[in-house]
Amino acid sequence: MMRKIIKYVLGDIIRNKMVLVYTILLFVISLSVFNIETNTSKGILSLLNIILLIVPLTCIIFSTIYIYNSSEFIELLVSQPIKRKTIWYSLYFGLVLSLSLAYIIGIGLPALYYFPNAKGLMILVVGLFLTWVFVSIALLIAGSSRDKTKGIAIAIVSWLFFAIFYDILVLFILFQFQDYPLEGAMIVLSFLNPIDLSRIQLLLQIDAAAIIGYTGAVFKIFFGRGLGILICVLSMCAWFLIPLWLSVKIFQKRDI
Amino acid sequence: MIQAKHITKKFGRLKALDDVSVQMNAGECIAILGPNGCGKTTLLKTVLGMVVADSGEVMVKNEIVKKSNWQYRRHIGYMPQIGRYPSNMKIADVINMMKDIRQNGELNEELASAFDLPALNQKKMGNLSGGTTQKVSAVLAFMFNPDILILDEPTAGLDPLSSEKLKAKIKAENDKGKLVIITSHILSELDDLVTEVIYMQEGKIIFHKKIKTLQEETGEIKLSKAIASILQSGVK
Amino acid sequence: MFKITFIPNIILNYLFKFSDKLKGSRYSLSISLILCIGISPSYAGVIIVDKSQAIQTVQQGISQAKNGDTVYVQAGVYHESKLIIEKSITLIGKGWPVIDAQNKGEIFFIRSRNVWLQGFKLQHTGRSDLKEIGAVMIYDSYAITVLNNQIEDANFGISVQNSKCCTIKDNHIKAFNKDEVLSGNGIHGWKADSLIIIGNTISGHRDGLYFEFVKNSLIWRNVSTQNVRYGIHFMFSNNNTYIGNIFEKNEAGVAVMFSSKIQMYNNYFYDNWGDATYGILLKEITDSHISGNSFVQNTIALQMEGCSRIMIFKNKFINNGFALKIQASCDDNAFTSNNFIANTFDIATNGTLVLNTFDGNYWDKYEGYDLDRNKIGDISFHPVSLYSMIIAHNPAALMLFRSFMVTLLDKSEKLMPIITPESLVDHFPHMKPFDL
Repeated sequence: MMRKIIKYVLGDIIRNKMVLVYTILLFVISLSVFNIETNTSKGILSLLNIILLIVPLTCIIFSTIYIYNSSEFIELLVSQPIKRKTIWYSLYFGLVLSLSLAYIIGIGLPALYYFPNAKGLMILVVGLFLTWVFVSIALLIAGSSRDKTKGIAIAIVSWLFFAIFYDILVLFILFQFQDYPLEGAMIVLSFLNPIDLSRIQLLLQIDAAAIIGYTGAVFKIFFGRGLGILICVLSMCAWFLIPLWLSVKIFQKRDI
Repeated sequence: MIQAKHITKKFGRLKALDDVSVQMNAGECIAILGPNGCGKTTLLKTVLGMVVADSGEVMVKNEIVKKSNWQYRRHIGYMPQIGRYPSNMKIADVINMMKDIRQNGELNEELASAFDLPALNQKKMGNLSGGTTQKVSAVLAFMFNPDILILDEPTAGLDPLSSEKLKAKIKAENDKGKLVIITSHILSELDDLVTEVIYMQEGKIIFHKKIKTLQEETGEIKLSKAIASILQSGVK
Repeated sequence: MFKITFIPNIILNYLFKFSDKLKGSRYSLSISLILCIGISPSYAGVIIVDKSQAIQTVQQGISQAKNGDTVYVQAGVYHESKLIIEKSITLIGKGWPVIDAQNKGEIFFIRSRNVWLQGFKLQHTGRSDLKEIGAVMIYDSYAITVLNNQIEDANFGISVQNSKCCTIKDNHIKAFNKDEVLSGNGIHGWKADSLIIIGNTISGHRDGLYFEFVKNSLIWRNVSTQNVRYGIHFMFSNNNTYIGNIFEKNEAGVAVMFSSKIQMYNNYFYDNWGDATYGILLKEITDSHISGNSFVQNTIALQMEGCSRIMIFKNKFINNGFALKIQASCDDNAFTSNNFIANTFDIATNGTLVLNTFDGNYWDKYEGYDLDRNKIGDISFHPVSLYSMIIAHNPAALMLFRSFMVTLLDKSEKLMPIITPESLVDHFPHMKPFDL
């Protein structure tokens, strides 16, 4: 059943053309970055902020709007003999599949073409992870708020929070408590923001020198070793599973 | 076929359903009447599981309605008050999708041909008039031969001719022993269909009577007049 | 007759090769002079130490030798230690004889002049909490040559104390230490003058090379790697020259302190990573030259504290975490014609007072233009970023590394410097890297 609904959701999204525009945008950005920068590692770094900003922004806004615009579709399906969970997961997977595909074509494949190694793979993985997380957060937002305008506003604010405000907050903490050893706290804080977590993971691959070298002791020990990597993977999973799970709970109780 | 026991549902402060209990059986054609906002649609949606009741229990064909139970809806055909469909899907897409999802062997497509829908198959849902959208809703409600038909304001927005076709269809299905639940505020339409009447006000059922009883009690043959008289007399 | 001609032949033969290697160098002359002194005695005998012949221990060989004699030690394992040499003799191992001290202490004590020690494998000195135990201990001596030996698992490798004009060349000194406290230095100099230390390789000691009160010395083409503390560590050692040495993967890099008139040319500081690891740490160094060195992949390539009047030019800083951390306590240092490429941070400093100059370097982070095409950027470059100051002050800020917010902060700071020192500036940044 889920496969059938995903099929319809996918068909609908693809007809939407926004995803196509997104794919082309990413593709143009990645090609221009890879071709202009002579220093290829520098190229990845330029790409870094694009991945960390544009992917979450597009995913969260597009998905939120899509869910609101699908209210008819949801209404239609809810009165049918289908589990609500199935409907919701189908929407999630439809969104995730189409946006992931856009990312793979737009950035993943060019990155792997220019860096057929761990770096390219890391770019692919991190971008996909961010896609899943922010679609998941979008579902939570759209599921909790019935008001479309309010929902989109919350989505934008969430993005601003994860992309910028959170880091300002961290900087503030750093200054307030600069007399204390904060490395451990920083590691914890970096897990509480999927964008920061992605950035650190990506940097460990492409700019390891800087991160590991300088005071890296704690970071290196933590992020570089088996347990750290395991915790990273787990928290990455938690970042898209928990909002998704919460949104399912909300959707199941919601009156249509 | 449908049993509701002590259902209460609040939307914020507003009590949409206030301790509603009702029994509906196969072969009946029940009209749920009442002013706007009296809880008619909420009651139907509770039966469909689209609205989750705060308390109380609904049984459909001896199955309890709850979030983990969704299979019971295969017995129900639902025609919403205002059918809302993905605007960029074509009529044919919607119908095919529903066929795909419900996978009911026996399809009842009389109504589709009666409404001449196949001619409009390639039109997008977003471009349809309210009436045509209602036709699509009606077709979908009847298509899978459900035992229970829930029709929320079925004739609103339909032209008189289509309205008659729909009524004929309702009658035919009802005669086959199916339970039909209709809400409407245009009482006159229902005279020749309805076997029972439920009247609701402010989330409560004011009365639930067989139409024959109603006619006998009030001495009125016209449904609208019968109800008017019973409301005036304040009889429950 | 045979004996008399034989010895000079060997030595002259060696001297010839040696000079050949040093061709064109001004040091060859001084080395020749030292060697000539070594072969000057007129009566020189040969003593052969061999497990299967009359003289079976090195100790016996040394005891029987007189000034000017040569003792040949044939291949084999000699379990000996505390071999005291207090006369002018030449000791040569044939086929790498092994002298194994079995952790009982020092192997050679040299307190003499004109001693030549060559071709031995010295191992297992053991260690002591009370004194420094070395494979070769040179005290109060003059013109000692330690050439082409292999030293393994010694507490100290070669120790030169209160001596002059000693040459330590082509030795391989290797230990397997894990921590600083228990281990000693590879080549240890204390109160020495005019040492020549060439072509040694040292690894696994506390400090590869350690000098205290050593002056007028040349340290050339040594390779000091994977030591548990510093590749080279010196203090109170003036007028020394360091050329073409390689310092790689040392736990704490290189640290030099309290010295003046240091010349460092064409050394290679590579891959010294860690929390407090420096390519080179200069502390209270004055009136020196640092030129032609390569600093590649170090946590902090060059850290300067309290340094004055150092010329730093034509060095390469590539792929370091910080290329340069310069404390406000430094003055009159001049950076010019250096390449700063692919460093995470080019310069960090801890104050706003800047008494050093940074004109005429190449910075890959420079984003200016060159309208008059004189290969020098038309606008000045400020190599200190706001974030580098934050992170220098508060290392945990690393978490925000390359975040969008930090980029915004840096850009706005570049437009309107508030915190970063405005006077730390390159007025003539080069558009293209120097060909170094």
